[in-house]
Amino acid sequence: MPTPGPGSPLLELAGVSVSFDGFLALKNLNLQLAAGELRAVIGPNGAGKTTFLDVITGKVRPQAGDVYFRGRSLLGRNEHQIARLGVGRKFQSPRVFEQLSVQENLALAVSTPKTPMGLLRRHLTGAQRQRIHHLLEVINLAPRAHHRAGSLSHGQKQWLEIGMLVVQAPRLLLVDEPVAGLSDAETERTADLLRSLAGDHTVLVIEHDMEFIRRLQTRVTVLHQGQVLCEGSMDQVQTDPRVVEVYLGAGQEEQP
Amino acid sequence: MADTRSRWPPRWSQVLLWGMGLALVLALPSLVSPFRLNLLGRYLSLAIVALGIDLIWGYTGLLSLGQGIFFALGGYGAAMHLQLNCHSCSRAAGGLPEFFGLYGVQQLPWFWEPFHSPWFTLVAIWLAPALVAGLLGFLVFRNRIKGVYFSILTQAALLVFFNFFNGQQKLINGTNGLKTDLTRLLGMMVGSDAMQRNLFWLTALLALLTWLLCRRLVVGGRFGHALLAIRDDEARLRCLGYNPTPFKTMVFALAGGLAGISGALYTVQSGIVSPQFMAAPFSIEMVIWVAVGGRGTLWGAMAGALVINMAKSLVSEAWPQTWLFIQGGLFLLVVTTLQGGVVGWFQEGGPRRLLARLGWRTRLSTYPALELETGPEGED
Amino acid sequence: MTLLLESLFNGAAIGSVLLIAALGLAIVFGLMGVINLAHGELMMLGAYTTYVVQSFFKLPLLEPLFGGYIFVAVVVAFLVSGLVGLLLERSVIRRLYGRPLETLLATWGVSLILQQFVRTVPLAWSTGLWLAAMVALAGPLVGNRLWGLRQRPWLLRLGSWVVAAAVGVAAAGWIRGAMPKLARASARNVDVTAPRWLRGGLDLGDWTLPIPRLVIIGLTILAVVAVYWFLNRSLWGLRIRAVTQNRTMSDCLGIPTQTVDALTFGVGSGLAGVAGVAVSLLGSVGPNVGGDYIVGCFMVVVLGGVGNLWGAVVASAGIGVLTDVIGAGRLLEVWPQMPARLQQGVEFFATTSMARVLVFALIVLVLQVRPAGLFPQRGRMAEV
Ligand SMILES: Nc1ncnc2c1ncn2[C@@H]1O[C@H](COP(=O)(O)OP(=O)(O)OP(=O)(O)O)[C@@H](O)[C@H]1O
Ligand SMILES: [Mg+2]
Repeated sequence: MPTPGPGSPLLELAGVSVSFDGFLALKNLNLQLAAGELRAVIGPNGAGKTTFLDVITGKVRPQAGDVYFRGRSLLGRNEHQIARLGVGRKFQSPRVFEQLSVQENLALAVSTPKTPMGLLRRHLTGAQRQRIHHLLEVINLAPRAHHRAGSLSHGQKQWLEIGMLVVQAPRLLLVDEPVAGLSDAETERTADLLRSLAGDHTVLVIEHDMEFIRRLQTRVTVLHQGQVLCEGSMDQVQTDPRVVEVYLGAGQEEQP
Repeated sequence: MADTRSRWPPRWSQVLLWGMGLALVLALPSLVSPFRLNLLGRYLSLAIVALGIDLIWGYTGLLSLGQGIFFALGGYGAAMHLQLNCHSCSRAAGGLPEFFGLYGVQQLPWFWEPFHSPWFTLVAIWLAPALVAGLLGFLVFRNRIKGVYFSILTQAALLVFFNFFNGQQKLINGTNGLKTDLTRLLGMMVGSDAMQRNLFWLTALLALLTWLLCRRLVVGGRFGHALLAIRDDEARLRCLGYNPTPFKTMVFALAGGLAGISGALYTVQSGIVSPQFMAAPFSIEMVIWVAVGGRGTLWGAMAGALVINMAKSLVSEAWPQTWLFIQGGLFLLVVTTLQGGVVGWFQEGGPRRLLARLGWRTRLSTYPALELETGPEGED
Repeated sequence: MTLLLESLFNGAAIGSVLLIAALGLAIVFGLMGVINLAHGELMMLGAYTTYVVQSFFKLPLLEPLFGGYIFVAVVVAFLVSGLVGLLLERSVIRRLYGRPLETLLATWGVSLILQQFVRTVPLAWSTGLWLAAMVALAGPLVGNRLWGLRQRPWLLRLGSWVVAAAVGVAAAGWIRGAMPKLARASARNVDVTAPRWLRGGLDLGDWTLPIPRLVIIGLTILAVVAVYWFLNRSLWGLRIRAVTQNRTMSDCLGIPTQTVDALTFGVGSGLAGVAGVAVSLLGSVGPNVGGDYIVGCFMVVVLGGVGNLWGAVVASAGIGVLTDVIGAGRLLEVWPQMPARLQQGVEFFATTSMARVLVFALIVLVLQVRPAGLFPQRGRMAEV
């Protein structure tokens, strides 16, 4: 398998278009992500951010364009195949398995190989247990490890899903609105967690919370009507007149 | 989790319970009439098919209305073997089972041949249904057909099989089915009381073994958790890197195999297998046993099969007209108000709630000492 | 050429029965996501209604109009099944929205009860019961307008129940006397006598078209057109479609979503009743008559795809033609000198039941290519 050279991007979307019955949710979208990068994506509601993740994870098939992950096209692959290549995703509204305990949720995420026989025959390795244990501490759910995930609060579910994402050890983490419904302190912790993951992992974060994005201290891509509007640091982006226009002045208030 | 698995050494209460169960099963033949014993044995074999339905529906969320297919396949497997080895039965030309003569069939159809062998039969009665289920399941699950679509497809498949078996006189005697009780097996007539008693014990043993197998598979382990995850949010599981298709196919095939065993046991105890095993109402009835007993609780499903069938035979003996009303009412009751079934109701503290509603305030919930004990643990 | 035409006609005949039976099911499934396993029993009610109406028209008073009873039967059957469906929705289905598998089981329970009901309750009493229910439902509407009873709703309600009960009992009693055939319950099948113009066939040279088949095809076309008009052109149809697309939003816009649900289910059930009339023309009527058709309906829905009228039309036409081509061994007629092995194969499947087997296999094959049916629904709702 050809390993991509250091210069080539980990993820590349080339001219991706998605149309839902004629409505173009993504229009000729181009985007590149270098290995180890932390990237924030913002955009008004309906800009196509979630759809963009759907395309990467194989849930939606684009009408045009191609998606490359580590030099290989992802088109025509199923969700689970893409996930096994090392693409993990956190959904916009938390989706955890409510009937299972917190620990069991994490155990499902960490298991390899993810086949019936793999689950029946092999036990979790020591390293995997260790990872679960560690993650439980990180996401502050250690005391609730044996509680049903359904009994968690909204914020805790968000955390659990982030935990499931991290424990999978994917190369690329796609994080859709991780701090919606979290308190300020938790928001800060999430930002720190994601920042600490970057480097070893490549992380793409979608969020509406500008304070959070600012705290990530990283490159920001603005999506609007299915296209990249502009790209740059938070300060650059916020002063860009097009962005200000799109957000109808919301960007101006953010400025100190 | 660890505490749901059986621990060793077992607690004395458990030993007592199991001991009593064993004693009951051993003693039953001398306690009840052969007629009742035979009925009990049949219902016990139905508990095995219920177990399979609980696996696919209770745990994996696949509601199959076509388990009768696999049930009947197992039954036909057993019956074909017994027909071929019936030395006291009257025979058609060429030593074929008698009914072939009625339709002028001269040569044994090819698929009958291997059923001369008892070993082949023993394997085929569960493997053949499992393979059919696996194939059908694979074709359906591969395309992400699920929910009610899956249910009605299974029902359609059931009808197709029913039509096929019903219409093929020359192959498997059509509507009339195959009789099994006149063959000698291990020196005993299959229909005899002694043999039926042995079959009862065999059924009880197999019911226990299959229950243990299912428990081992789905309770407490990650495989079982994956099934629950498929039931609750399949798309999410996919994004974790799981492919649900092999899981579902495997469980559906397993349930098919269990149905086959169940059907074979039922056939040898009822003395006949016929396309009626594949009648649509019967397959849906199976689902209701599981629903009433409590889906997702394995033994609830088995108990449901036993109890409802016993109730059915008692009620229909006394008031033949009313059973369908009762059954229809059960459907409605379970689905609208008793979703966890009887077992689920007990587990969720149903009796206590009922008492409370009847005006008997239970002390338990307000007793201070208990509150202290459970307090620090959290209150979910 | 005649062969092709004959095949097409037979296919259309089989398909139209399928379609009219599946129409209500498809609507309810497509718009509400509910699979109604009691649909077949609602058809059965329609068929029995035809029988009862026909018995009325055998009374001396109505005898001269006997030829036209079928039209009355269509309307009454629609009302009978529709009313039962309405009650079903109000009492059971309503609690189960969003839980399709549970709905499936509950409606099966209902179907058992309905079957046993016609076995144990004499038709005279059933008719009385239905009349009573109609009066009880209509009573408040009429009463509100006529007698200014609005101020005393309890009196109104009580009054309409009393009147309803009286009407029901009186009607049942009178029917028992006037039509002894309806006085006793029986599990045995009954036969509907078709009016004279409905018997026999239409001669087209060397080929006769059976009239009942033609009538059913006509009835089906009528039903499809009516449903299309209702859903796409009428105000309530608009509301129904709105609720299907976004229930919460429709609620906010002031659409009475509960009424819409009841109405949708009622119309779907009523169509089952109309299908029952068609079915009663084809054979005898018994408690199990619904079960014979229901699986065919499912095939239509699965193959056609959800929420699309044309899907149902195309699917039932396709299934109809295929069933005829396979079931009557048409291939043999077209190609008499086919190789012996193939011939054996064709003959093997050349019965109605074996044709069903093959058609099912074909449907499963089609689903491999088009998992959501021929005309799949798109959008965020559809995936999940
Ligand atoms: N399956 C679908 N069918 C039809 N339209 C869709 C579908 N999925 C998304 N859309 C449309 O595509 C557009 C983009 O949706 P998307 O969910 O990607 O927005 P978003 O940027 O994630 O918004 P938000 O910030 O609110 O999460 C929306 O207008 C949405 O209605
Ligand atoms: Mg979004």
